[in-house]
Amino acid sequence: MADERTGADILIETLRDLGVEVVFGYPGGAVLPIYDALFKQAERPDAIRHILVRQEGGAAHAAEGYARSTGKCGVVLVTSGPGATNAVTGITDALMDSIPMLVITGQVATPLIGSDAFQECDTVGITRHCTKHNYLVKDPAELEGVIREAFAIATGGRPGPVLIDLPKDVQVAAAISRPSPTAHRYNPQREPDPALIETAVEMLAAAERPIFYTGGGIINAGPEASDALRDLQALTGAPVTSTLMGLGAFPASAPEWLGMLGMHGTYEANHAMNRADLIVALGARFDDRVTGRLDAFAPHARKIHVDIDRSSINKIVRAELGIVGDVGLVMRAMARLWRERGHQRQDLSAWFARIEEWRAKRCLDFPLSPTEIMPQQAIRRLYEATKHRAPIITTEVGQHQMWSAQHFHFEAPNKWLTSGGLGTMGYGLPAAIGAQVGNPDALVIDIAGEASIQMNIQELGTASQYELPVKIFILNNEYMGMVRQWQDLTYQGRHSHSYSDSLPDFVKLAEAYGWKGIRIDDPAALDDGIAAMLDYPGPVIVDCRVAKLANCFPMIPSGAAHTDMILQAAEVSGEMTDEARALV
Amino acid sequence: MHIRPRQSERHTLSVTVANEPGILARIAGLFAGRGYNIESLTVAEVTEDETVSRITIATSGPPAVIEQIIAHLDRLPPVHKVTDLTATAPYVERELALVKVTGTGDHRIEALRLAEVYRARVVDATISSFIFEVTGGPEKIDKFLELMREVGLIEVARTGVAAIARGNQVI
Repeated sequence: MADERTGADILIETLRDLGVEVVFGYPGGAVLPIYDALFKQAERPDAIRHILVRQEGGAAHAAEGYARSTGKCGVVLVTSGPGATNAVTGITDALMDSIPMLVITGQVATPLIGSDAFQECDTVGITRHCTKHNYLVKDPAELEGVIREAFAIATGGRPGPVLIDLPKDVQVAAAISRPSPTAHRYNPQREPDPALIETAVEMLAAAERPIFYTGGGIINAGPEASDALRDLQALTGAPVTSTLMGLGAFPASAPEWLGMLGMHGTYEANHAMNRADLIVALGARFDDRVTGRLDAFAPHARKIHVDIDRSSINKIVRAELGIVGDVGLVMRAMARLWRERGHQRQDLSAWFARIEEWRAKRCLDFPLSPTEIMPQQAIRRLYEATKHRAPIITTEVGQHQMWSAQHFHFEAPNKWLTSGGLGTMGYGLPAAIGAQVGNPDALVIDIAGEASIQMNIQELGTASQYELPVKIFILNNEYMGMVRQWQDLTYQGRHSHSYSDSLPDFVKLAEAYGWKGIRIDDPAALDDGIAAMLDYPGPVIVDCRVAKLANCFPMIPSGAAHTDMILQAAEVSGEMTDEARALV
Repeated sequence: MHIRPRQSERHTLSVTVANEPGILARIAGLFAGRGYNIESLTVAEVTEDETVSRITIATSGPPAVIEQIIAHLDRLPPVHKVTDLTATAPYVERELALVKVTGTGDHRIEALRLAEVYRARVVDATISSFIFEVTGGPEKIDKFLELMREVGLIEVARTGVAAIARGNQVI
């Protein structure tokens, strides 16, 4: 019949129709029909491009990096069994950080499902808890409807990963596409309730010590949401702090910017949260890394919580006012009403005077050494050398990630890609690859630790294959630094298995993959080394040897209040209680 | 203000869902994964429209936890609607139990007498055993079982609750 198509063709054509340009994947037995369909369309002008990673986990993180840096949906294509299970970490990461992602997994043919067939696993069962939704499609005629619905769910509301498990026989069977009979409306509330906006504006206008606590939801809501934040801030004059995931939504150069809050946040941000009389939480979810000890968190503040996910409101901290809706639309509505009501900026000079006192602590200062590169210094020099190019920064997870959040400054959204919720080592390199695929002309740098980078080091080959000029800047202190820091803090320096023994020669490793390798081990050579990295047109690994035992401060020890910050190593004393250890 | 555990409350939720594979596992998994309590969970197709099922969940927890349970259920794509019957409407709640009791002599007579009081029907009988069918609210069934324990209860099967709002309202 003329308009009969195979499941594989329906898949590729539907994705193309949805505007998908890139798929990150790895072939295998159970997805061969889909790879054949990809091959056959490769000459079309609007062909879907496939990026072959080196392990499926890399595909998922690359899709995250692509999505986070472009605002589009990341698409992943992997085979059944191990292909699917390898992707689970990246899928969970996307769920925790609300990254739009569509995952297509191959499955054994429907008659074999449940028979423990070769490379079979219960993918839908395994991923039920780490996807926003998932499907097993048994009829090719339903496939198109499922893909369209899955795409809408992945990108709508609070974004997240959606998985479609596709048995091999469904990929090869021919069918006439028909709309899904089970189609239901996925229609999250985007427009806020006007009555709540009115209350929010009055609360904001009456506050003497207000603060905006902003999160990754603003980045997810698109660049317009960041613009709306800037507008609302300008109207009210209130100071702004952000979570790890929210960096870039508000310009770090603005005088009202307090820096990041939370465990490794700034002294001024945490003290301002503690003393505020009104917290306006915008697309942030009161994560435990932010709140610290809950009963000491912002004791004087009333809270307005804006979130597109109703289940985030009142989950951890009870808000006096919860507003469900798209955070950009909420802020726009608030700004509009503020103007209509003719509200003026409150006189916040007394509030800012206190903030200046906290700022005067200069909590991010650190001692320099004539012989050793301090990790904070390395990040600051990297920032100074690249800021005019507005680079996209990805990170792995650990001390280097927190130092980057503290010392690299962002003026715009979608430039800072890090694994916040799940804290996945191995995220940074594949995420950088995805970001570079989505932004071919951008400067993309993965700031890494020597331990983290080895978690997905195989993806060096992916960057080589597609000539992606990503840079990896390794802060090499030969330790799993954050693990060691916690051992210093909570286990009296008993460094159980946190030393990175038998490290590779990163310069030779770079060369083995056709990359350029640079080693920097002298503070005097730092700037030249960074310049050499930036001047080289292709991919580069910089092995930056930094002070081995530097720790990341300021820090709120877990289980402590925001006002109990440790500013430097000298303040670390004694052994923690078991309760505090459990909370780290 | 911070959320603290308060007095636990029992709530009965009525959830309409798309009748698709895995939805029950998804809902049960939500409760298990987040540590919420399930007292009972029943599911059946109940309308002409076979694409929709109705799930009745009896759960308990502090008010903040109940609020979270509803919010988390509500955001699952296959869930069409969540109604907290306990909070929104007077409602009728029924459960069915099959209760096997053994005994002879006075115990046997006492079992029959109690069954009559609770309007339990005998659905099977041997020389030394009865199976009673009893319906009612979970508390009535609990009470019946408590009494039967005295006279020879050896086995119980319960369905979990079905619940529906009173009056002419449709959820």
